[in-house]
Amino acid sequence: MTPVTDKPLTKNMRPDGSVVDIRAYEQADGYQAVRKVLHGGMTPNAVTDAVKDANLRGRGGAGFPTGQKWSFVPLGNNAPTPTYLICNADEMEPGTFKDRLLLERDPHQLIEGMIIAGFAIEADVAYIFLRGEYVLAAERLSRAIAEAYDAHYLGKNILGSDYSLELYLHLSGGRYMCGEETGLLNALEGKRANPRSKPPFPPVVGLFGKPTVVNNVETLCCVPHIINHGAAWFHALGRTHDAGTKLFGASGKVKRPGLWELPMGTTIREILEEHAGGMRDGVTFRGLLPGGASTDFVTEEHLDTPMDFTAMAKIGSRMGTGTMIVLDDQTCPVGMTWNLMHFFAQESCGWCTPCWSGLGWVERILTSMEDGQGQPGDLDKLASQAKMWGPGATFCALAPGAAEPLQSALKYFRDDFERHIREKRCPWR
Amino acid sequence: MLSTEEISEIEAEAAHYPRRDAVCIDAMRIVQRHRGWVSDDSLHDIAAHLGMSVTDLDSVATFYNLIFRRPVGRHVIMICDSVSCWVMGYDRMREHLGTRLGIGLGETTSDNRFTLLPIVCLGCCDRAPAMMVDDDLHSDLDPQKIDRALETYT
Repeated sequence: MTPVTDKPLTKNMRPDGSVVDIRAYEQADGYQAVRKVLHGGMTPNAVTDAVKDANLRGRGGAGFPTGQKWSFVPLGNNAPTPTYLICNADEMEPGTFKDRLLLERDPHQLIEGMIIAGFAIEADVAYIFLRGEYVLAAERLSRAIAEAYDAHYLGKNILGSDYSLELYLHLSGGRYMCGEETGLLNALEGKRANPRSKPPFPPVVGLFGKPTVVNNVETLCCVPHIINHGAAWFHALGRTHDAGTKLFGASGKVKRPGLWELPMGTTIREILEEHAGGMRDGVTFRGLLPGGASTDFVTEEHLDTPMDFTAMAKIGSRMGTGTMIVLDDQTCPVGMTWNLMHFFAQESCGWCTPCWSGLGWVERILTSMEDGQGQPGDLDKLASQAKMWGPGATFCALAPGAAEPLQSALKYFRDDFERHIREKRCPWR
Repeated sequence: MLSTEEISEIEAEAAHYPRRDAVCIDAMRIVQRHRGWVSDDSLHDIAAHLGMSVTDLDSVATFYNLIFRRPVGRHVIMICDSVSCWVMGYDRMREHLGTRLGIGLGETTSDNRFTLLPIVCLGCCDRAPAMMVDDDLHSDLDPQKIDRALETYT
């Protein structure tokens, strides 16, 4: 048996899927980190330093250092007011199903993380931006927020301290762009979720023009444990310098699709073979998207790479959200790429030309290829589009994200694309 | 006309934001929960209530997947068409639903019982393929499971 503290994020979770209520959460040392911060004389900077020392990196996919993000927020009496904290719970990255678990099963862990993060940036108001389809999460979060108010963990003068925080739940109208940091800000202001020009960055000019930090669910859930057990403990949880544990998942035709809290830096092979049980009988592994739709495919040669932000970047991909989507030999790689491009084309907000124009074009080329109408020059067109999508060519990361599976599919499955054109059909149909 | 109940729900949400028009998405969701969709009349009433232009509000309404600007059936089926569900058999599930209900994506059955819509990844990829019917998530779908699920919505 591993000690429970090896899996801090999931340690309270019940096998029957029921929610950990406030009493059960408190009995499992819940809200001790809030007490430590508010009654132990910690300053906001001390909390931020603890998170910096732990090398907590954003679990939404980009891996930005969390403590550093917090440190951009102006503090003190001369700072603009109010300051906002937002939990990005708009889990809409295809193939990603990790935050749902944290939201549905242990909502107080998130709330405690938000109170501490809020204290560190001197936030006055916090929002949980939840996707509208997460109905069970919405019910359980609403109840947990009410419980936390009743127990004086939220509201005016939390636990008798000078710190006050209001926390509201916002249900999204539904659009992938809402998960983009500045698109989310516009959505919360009641606008279309188009991205904003940066700089200024949200920690300085964010929601309603005020300093705002946006953090992912899993990121915030790590915070109470870092406060309770310290940076050295958090580093020791991971196998690589990108510290902590990570919720890793696998979907596709593997024997045991699922989600597991494992050390950061667990290899792709270990996740795929030991936890997901390898491929189903009768199908062969061809490749996978390591962490959602907007990460580059990796193949057999990469399986011994540790899943962390640093190592995955070195092999030309990204860890992303850490939930991998597996491609097998019975599934058409061109069709899978078409599905991804269809998604991105549909979800493009229409703001930047390379995105709204290019994604639609690429989707049409792939449709024609699947229908046996592919042309000899198509692969060059696809490759040049992927280049045109950035980074740097658009306001946000949607198009650069779409480029990742496209460019890597062209690299690793080129023969399959060429076969579609040569044989004028999809060999998998 | 917005009902008293709708107005009080909208005002409760509006208290969470420093600007009144920020609540417009919540407001449309509230009205939709009561009436099934957001009609032109509802749009005018919400815009007037929040002091917004109707055009501004409609530009927001049409941006979001979960705000319906056309009437829907008594139950809304949202079938996930994203990558994990696609790998695990989305095409077969959509064809089965289409055959059984006699409708395509975006359409409503003639008895007004079901509307069938595509939805992006439902975050249920380890139990793909998946769909939602109203507020209920149905996963690990196969045609028989779909049939059994649909019977429970009258």
